[in-house]
Amino acid sequence: MAAKSNLTNMVLVLGLVCLVCSAVLGGAYVITKAPIEAAAAAKTQAAVAQVLPHFENLDYNADNRYYTAFDGETVVGYAIESTVVGFGGPLSLMVGVTSDGVVYNTSVLSHSETPGLGAKCSTDAKFMDQWRGFDPAVKKLSVKKDGGDVDAITASTITSRAYTLAVENALKVFDTISVIPGVTGNLPEMADQVGHDDNDEGGQDNE
Amino acid sequence: MSKIKLLTDGLVKNNPTFVLLLGMCPTLATTTSAINGLSMGLATLFVLVLSNMAISLIAPVVPDKVHIPVYIVVIATFVTLLQFLMQAYTPAMYETLGLFIPLIVVNCIVLGRAEAFASKHGVGESALDGIGVGLGFTCSLTVLGLVREILGSGSAFGWSFTGGADGMLAFVMAPGAFLCLGYLMVLFNKFLKKNS
Repeated sequence: MAAKSNLTNMVLVLGLVCLVCSAVLGGAYVITKAPIEAAAAAKTQAAVAQVLPHFENLDYNADNRYYTAFDGETVVGYAIESTVVGFGGPLSLMVGVTSDGVVYNTSVLSHSETPGLGAKCSTDAKFMDQWRGFDPAVKKLSVKKDGGDVDAITASTITSRAYTLAVENALKVFDTISVIPGVTGNLPEMADQVGHDDNDEGGQDNE
Repeated sequence: MSKIKLLTDGLVKNNPTFVLLLGMCPTLATTTSAINGLSMGLATLFVLVLSNMAISLIAPVVPDKVHIPVYIVVIATFVTLLQFLMQAYTPAMYETLGLFIPLIVVNCIVLGRAEAFASKHGVGESALDGIGVGLGFTCSLTVLGLVREILGSGSAFGWSFTGGADGMLAFVMAPGAFLCLGYLMVLFNKFLKKNS
């Protein structure tokens, strides 16, 4: 079956095999690098397009993990990535918030919830549709069991709570974005109002 | 050994899932639907055929004492190659199968065929053996996935026939995987015995 082992041929064969294999992988990496990046970018574009109205350009803020969507010069809204601990592991959402602080739509980026139960957070139309146009100023952002206005997925309260928390965190990020002067400059009235609220809240946070 | 026998052995007599009981971890974990089972099977088939061929080529010059590390490096190379390709061209599938793609490296079927077959046979035969065993694995995973999907989600290959009603959830989860696997194994072996 195999050649007799001695130190020379062991070192030689193992070294040679590793060399060839790393060369092959190096080549494959270079060839597939561009398509992999394109696929990742397409995925992000699709995720943002799902949660915001029509836009032309995206601008990523890596510190707070959100995208600002522009249509020409106008800010269409923000797509905010939000990760919380769900029932089965991390639950990652993309939350689209328009400049007036209303949730435009949400989508699940990744989750590890129980199939058939919590996993419905990415398929159940009734659960997902309630986030379209969810206005935190009008509706209370917690599940009905906790006295809020969010309809939980049947038998998956923990997942629904986590989802709600993720949206809440995203809205907090939105609050910090909209105090940055100039960003919402195209909508001065809204910016003033939201910005004012934020300053109060920001002050409390710091204390 | 005839060429056809090489192919059918892996499919039926040495079926990796129902007869040899190899590669149980991806079998149980990825067969939540027929499509998932099918793609996991095909991914393993790809690695199996290429690693069988490569190993049958280099086996005569590999010193006995280092043959396991050499085989593992070869298998890992093909798995990583597959990972790159899937990430680039089928990102959605890559995300579904996720962790189980890199785990093909330690799949007993792949190393098992390298040890038991490819290291002692020529390139052509090893390729056929890889195809046979790979197809056997793919078919078993697809059938298992299909049964679990029908019972658990009320759909087949993603096509729902219950009009959105829930299936028996247990079958999508781990307990259902064990149950289905057990019953399918019984059926498969009963059928096999009758024919031999």
